Amino acid sequence: MRAIGIILAGGNSNRMKELSKKRAVCAMPVAGSYRSIDFALSNMEFSRVSKVAILTQYNSRSLNEHLASSKWWDFGRKQGGMFLFTPSFADANSQWYRGTADAIAQNISFLRHSHEPYVIIASGDCVYKLDYGKVLDYHMDKGADITVVVKTMPQDFRVERYGVVRMDVDGRIREFVEKPVVADGNTISCGIYVIRRRLLIELLEKSMEENRYDLVQDILIRYRGLKKIYGYELNSYWSNIASVEDYFRTNMDFLKPDIRSFFFREFPEVHSKVADLPPVKYNVGCHIRNSLLSSGCIINGTVEDSVLFHQVYVGNNCVIRNSLILNDVYIGDNSIIENCIIESGDTIQANSTYRGEDGVKIVIEKGERYTI
Amino acid sequence: MIVKKEMIAMLLAGGQGSRLGILTSKVAKPAVSFGGKYRIIDFPLSNCINSGVDTVGVLTQYMPLRLNSHIGIGIPWDLDKNVGGVSILSPYEKSHDTEWYTGTANAIYQNMEYMESYNPDYVLILSGDHIYKMDYESMLDYHKEKGADVTIAVMPVPMEEASRFGIMITDEDRKIVDFEEKPEHPRSNLASMGIYIFSWTALKEALLANKSQPNLDFGKHIIPYCRDNGRPLYAWEFNGYWKDVGTLTSYWEANMELIDIVPEFNLYEEFWKIYTKSQTVTPQYFGSNSAVERTIIGEGSEIYGQVYNSVIGCDVIIGEGTIVRDSIIMNGTVIGDNCRLEKVIAAENVTIADGVVLGEGDYIENDTRPDIYRDGIVTIGEGTVIPDSVTIGRNTLISGHTVEADYPDGRLAGGRTLVKE
Repeated sequence: MRAIGIILAGGNSNRMKELSKKRAVCAMPVAGSYRSIDFALSNMEFSRVSKVAILTQYNSRSLNEHLASSKWWDFGRKQGGMFLFTPSFADANSQWYRGTADAIAQNISFLRHSHEPYVIIASGDCVYKLDYGKVLDYHMDKGADITVVVKTMPQDFRVERYGVVRMDVDGRIREFVEKPVVADGNTISCGIYVIRRRLLIELLEKSMEENRYDLVQDILIRYRGLKKIYGYELNSYWSNIASVEDYFRTNMDFLKPDIRSFFFREFPEVHSKVADLPPVKYNVGCHIRNSLLSSGCIINGTVEDSVLFHQVYVGNNCVIRNSLILNDVYIGDNSIIENCIIESGDTIQANSTYRGEDGVKIVIEKGERYTI
Repeated sequence: MIVKKEMIAMLLAGGQGSRLGILTSKVAKPAVSFGGKYRIIDFPLSNCINSGVDTVGVLTQYMPLRLNSHIGIGIPWDLDKNVGGVSILSPYEKSHDTEWYTGTANAIYQNMEYMESYNPDYVLILSGDHIYKMDYESMLDYHKEKGADVTIAVMPVPMEEASRFGIMITDEDRKIVDFEEKPEHPRSNLASMGIYIFSWTALKEALLANKSQPNLDFGKHIIPYCRDNGRPLYAWEFNGYWKDVGTLTSYWEANMELIDIVPEFNLYEEFWKIYTKSQTVTPQYFGSNSAVERTIIGEGSEIYGQVYNSVIGCDVIIGEGTIVRDSIIMNGTVIGDNCRLEKVIAAENVTIADGVVLGEGDYIENDTRPDIYRDGIVTIGEGTVIPDSVTIGRNTLISGHTVEADYPDGRLAGGRTLVKE
């Protein structure tokens, strides 16, 4: 591959509400047995990008734990590999990452010391499959300075928290508005960029001189007239999880046969850290309908239209509906859970009821747990 | 390089295990699936790493491909080490006297150089065909404490069954004074589990002294030799779960024991994990009309029908309207819609079309191997294809790509064997 990869994984988002207390958005568990960053990482792996930097800053313990070994994505190579960059205080610098551009700029030596001519920048909080090689081909074909992966969303999709672009017939981006109050169009940026390495270094150096720190505002939008910025249209599934509603919807999307088949049955497969957990155990009295369950679960009750992550224990006579139960949750007997996200590590006492009345309810319940 | 390993393990995984019938026709017994997502060899390998034994030689001979790809460089068991780790030891050509592994101890003898390279004090001999969790480190502590040259793991069995085993007769200090192989009138109920710790000098000396013995075997030659030469032999009693899965019936039973509410052999304990090479990490999906009870299911499976009292592997698909009972379905098997399966062992990557009925009708003895295909079990070999709407009786064996023409009147009667190459 003629490109190195950078995954932006630093972010926290207050739209994730209580869920972000525990971890960075990129470390959010997704679809039962994955973490959000697995999708970008697996895309890098299957696009044969052999050298990938992950930039992280906010509450990265969970993420570091997940990325403790790079072998699951086959990055444990002599050539290239996976690099985790957290802000570090050095002589010339004593700042946190002040923005996406700043995060890359603080690690500019990674860019300088690489020899690959291109850089692929992706964010770690999106669920999708994409061969970055195709984007790179398009980039070279168009003679672009920067290529942005874009997706045209359905008419009713709320684009307000995304970057909205307008392209001409050739695919060149003419307008780029970040988080518009009133959107003009529904084609959004997926947060995936291809750029020549030397150009990126040059633009970053300039931005740093001007104390500008944001990749989108200070590079894409600022230079869109001056540089040739093209849009590469993504036609397959793509979803950003960085708000509670989107996180919930993205997980529930995996209950749909076409999306499940796209991610679970079609090449290439998404890789994740192996959990080493036993098969799911279904005891007498359980009823399961339209749900996903991950290894290590023990089920004694009813589960409908839900996604259960690793090692969830569901007690007798429980009813779980339309909910996400994150990793390592214990749910005592006779409990009812509807329209909820149960935070990982929770212990739900027997006979409790949790219902999301209008919208999804996040449940954080750290009770004492007695298990055998 | 300075290398020193206190104890290394030698895992005998070369046998066919012919009493498992068609299940071992293409893979060695240690590579046969067990408990949904595992293979039999996962248990001794996990025991090794959990006991702090990080150097394991796996001796292979019969059909080693699946075993080799399963073990790889040992990543799932953390046995990918710079020094030590797991090594596959297959028979090799020598400048003279080239031979296959002709016996358990002969196989070990042929790998003297491997053992010597780790400069061990003790060698642990294991076989790859039992389901159990054992701390080999406590066995080693016992070995040292007793000042033994050989320690044999034994297990108390009911007296009436003792004549099926190799029996150790010990004094009150657990020192072995005598032993008998499958005695008619057993003098003790301590059965050898085929797990030995040897002090390296004792093992080396015994192997060299007996190297020209044909079919050199631990039970028949090495252990008696050690006794006759005054080596102290001790029995170490093990009281946990230990299951031989040597026959189809015991294999089926051992699998079924995993689905009890709190199984005697518990895979859900945190402190003694069993590791395996996962073929996938995807979650499993249940359709809207599915039902399931008393069952364990591996990753990536999709269940649209009903499953009761069964052990289901990874990436299995069970179609709508299908009912599976008392069965073992291994990785990658696809079962169509509206089938009925009762007491079936389906090996890996089997395809069963729609409307198939398996395990129906009277109990009729199998016509080729009544000693293997029995207890009403329908056994289906790896990669078998079964066409639409056929009915198959009990005690049957089906293997290969079968078509409708192989089933006169759409039936395969009980006790019949249908094997296509």
